[in-house]
Amino acid sequence: MEFDSAFEARMKKRYRAERRFKGYCITGLATALVFLLVFFTDIIVKALPALQQAEVRITYVYNEESADFPSAGIQEDYYELVSRGWLRIVPKRMRDNPELMGTTEQTWALATDGVDQYLKGQYNKLSEEEQALADRMVAAGNLRLAFNTGFFTTGDSKLPEMAGLWASLVGSIYVMILTFLFAFPLGVMTAVYLEEFAPENKLTQLIEVNINNLAAVPSIIFGLLGLAVFINFFGVPRSTVLAGGLTMGIMTLPLIIISARAALRAVPDSIRQGALAMGASRWQMVKDHVLPLAMPGVLTGTIIGMAVAIGETAPLLIIGMVAYIPNAPETFTDAATVLPAQIYTWAGEPERSYVSRTALGIMVLLTAMITMNATAVYLRNRFTRRW
Amino acid sequence: MNAQTSESRTIEAEPGLKPGMLQTQTTAKTEEQLQADKAQPIKARTRGLKLWYGDTQVLFDVDIDILQNRVTAFIGPSGCGKSTLLRCFNRMNDLVDNVRIEGGVEVDGQDINDPSLDVVLLRSRIGMVFQHPNPFPKSIYENIAYAPRIHGLVNGRREMDDLVERSLRRAGLWDEVADRLDTPGTALSGGQQQRLCIARAIAVGPELILMDEPASALDPIATAKIEDLITELRDNYTIAIVTHNLQQAARVADYTAFMYMGELVEYNDTNTLFTNPREKRTEDYATGRYG
Repeated sequence: MEFDSAFEARMKKRYRAERRFKGYCITGLATALVFLLVFFTDIIVKALPALQQAEVRITYVYNEESADFPSAGIQEDYYELVSRGWLRIVPKRMRDNPELMGTTEQTWALATDGVDQYLKGQYNKLSEEEQALADRMVAAGNLRLAFNTGFFTTGDSKLPEMAGLWASLVGSIYVMILTFLFAFPLGVMTAVYLEEFAPENKLTQLIEVNINNLAAVPSIIFGLLGLAVFINFFGVPRSTVLAGGLTMGIMTLPLIIISARAALRAVPDSIRQGALAMGASRWQMVKDHVLPLAMPGVLTGTIIGMAVAIGETAPLLIIGMVAYIPNAPETFTDAATVLPAQIYTWAGEPERSYVSRTALGIMVLLTAMITMNATAVYLRNRFTRRW
Repeated sequence: MNAQTSESRTIEAEPGLKPGMLQTQTTAKTEEQLQADKAQPIKARTRGLKLWYGDTQVLFDVDIDILQNRVTAFIGPSGCGKSTLLRCFNRMNDLVDNVRIEGGVEVDGQDINDPSLDVVLLRSRIGMVFQHPNPFPKSIYENIAYAPRIHGLVNGRREMDDLVERSLRRAGLWDEVADRLDTPGTALSGGQQQRLCIARAIAVGPELILMDEPASALDPIATAKIEDLITELRDNYTIAIVTHNLQQAARVADYTAFMYMGELVEYNDTNTLFTNPREKRTEDYATGRYG
């Protein structure tokens, strides 16, 4: 084949442009990957120390005196090493287990934050004598870093060594349950009405535009709405799971409506016609045919909406859930905090050891969100039908 | 009209037909049969039926009688209103926004556009089969059982089993699916899906079965099966069928209505309509001059 040189030059130019364009795309992707890598490395490196916590082996004497003054139960040398938080719960333990009275127990007690930071090689305020004591105890096997169970089983604390994620984890679960219970039925029913029943007119168009706009409203506005409507008007107690769940619910609602409508629209009309032609009422058509077929899509959208809600902090700021709340909620009207709020609170603490706790909290939150999104992707791939 | 060349049962031209006349064969009705049909009760009819989609008038003064236990075909070029007319009989046009209907549509002497008539009830007594097979993405059993269940036609599992079997047998599908009633209806072949849809329609014992180009999405063999089935069902049901396939109309229909631009041009027994049309337009269409 013969081509003139002008044609060949044009071809070369085309291929160059193509390679250049591909190059831009790869650069974009690579940049994103680098950022992601840096972000995750940073978080993980910062979080790892928080997985361990210093413990000191002591001999504790349970007697009348230590029941009133817990520090009386340990040797005076160790007094500076053991966390005040650990000592504070001794009287309660003695009340709950009266048989402890008069006994002596060798046990691993939580060390102070200073010792913990010293063992981890971080900045600390230990005196030279204390440092020497800590070194001696490590050598004797009486001071160690162990897995930080407390982080996952206790609530927030003003003592860094005592601070844990449990209360906010439970708070998040409670809030999510309420959010789901509130937003899912309401959202799905709204979507069903708009897609399957509502006539096409100016009013429904207006509603549609507004719902789409609501999805783009900054989340803090929903916090103000929650404050005005739920707390001030309906008198829902502030800082509670109920206030948080309802506020998150109205925030998630537009997302659920939009995704549910998309899922309903994806069900082909032939199914609707088939059902109606055999004498199904509209509701039977929706309930027996259209909605079950749309359900995977609806659930996917809902889970993604919930994953957004679980990471949301701004609206909770307004309704008083970003606060020092050390106890896990037991009912929906208990004050509670949630994971991102806990992270936010810790990030503002002056003590150095909160840095790694913050990072570990972020990891837990990210794990929860990635799990939810992965579930959504799985549902979508597994159950969504192609027509 | 290409489809006809691949039809499994293309029929050669009869000697003696006028040149250009439809190259197909219809079973001519004898005089006695035609006389007997005059006594056949009318299952459904329209009088002065006009229909608008928005400002566009789609049907102009359609008068048609559909005889009981006969197959009536609506033919005509695309957009002539034949499907719209079919959908007037079970009010499926209600689903379209901006539709306006004037004139009477009666089924068993009952005006079905009467506001006091329950459209759900009406549709439960009129079956419909669509152009593209649309079984529910549920089991074969469920596809058949759904309508009888929502209408409360059967009591208990045994009766339902019987009804499902009976419907599938009538639709000629039983032998092919008897051992896999719990597999999804959507897993069947196109032709089987369409017969499943027919079985689904007859499960409620409808007064009238409307078929909207039921074979147009199927291959020739599946088409032949559907046509045989229509002929068999004729004894027990009244069938109105829309088709763009003239030979199909000639093969299955007792009566044929030719529609053009929303008008019912000619309506007669199939043989007469094809071999001795009154109207020039019918002849032109039947001989393939347009459409």
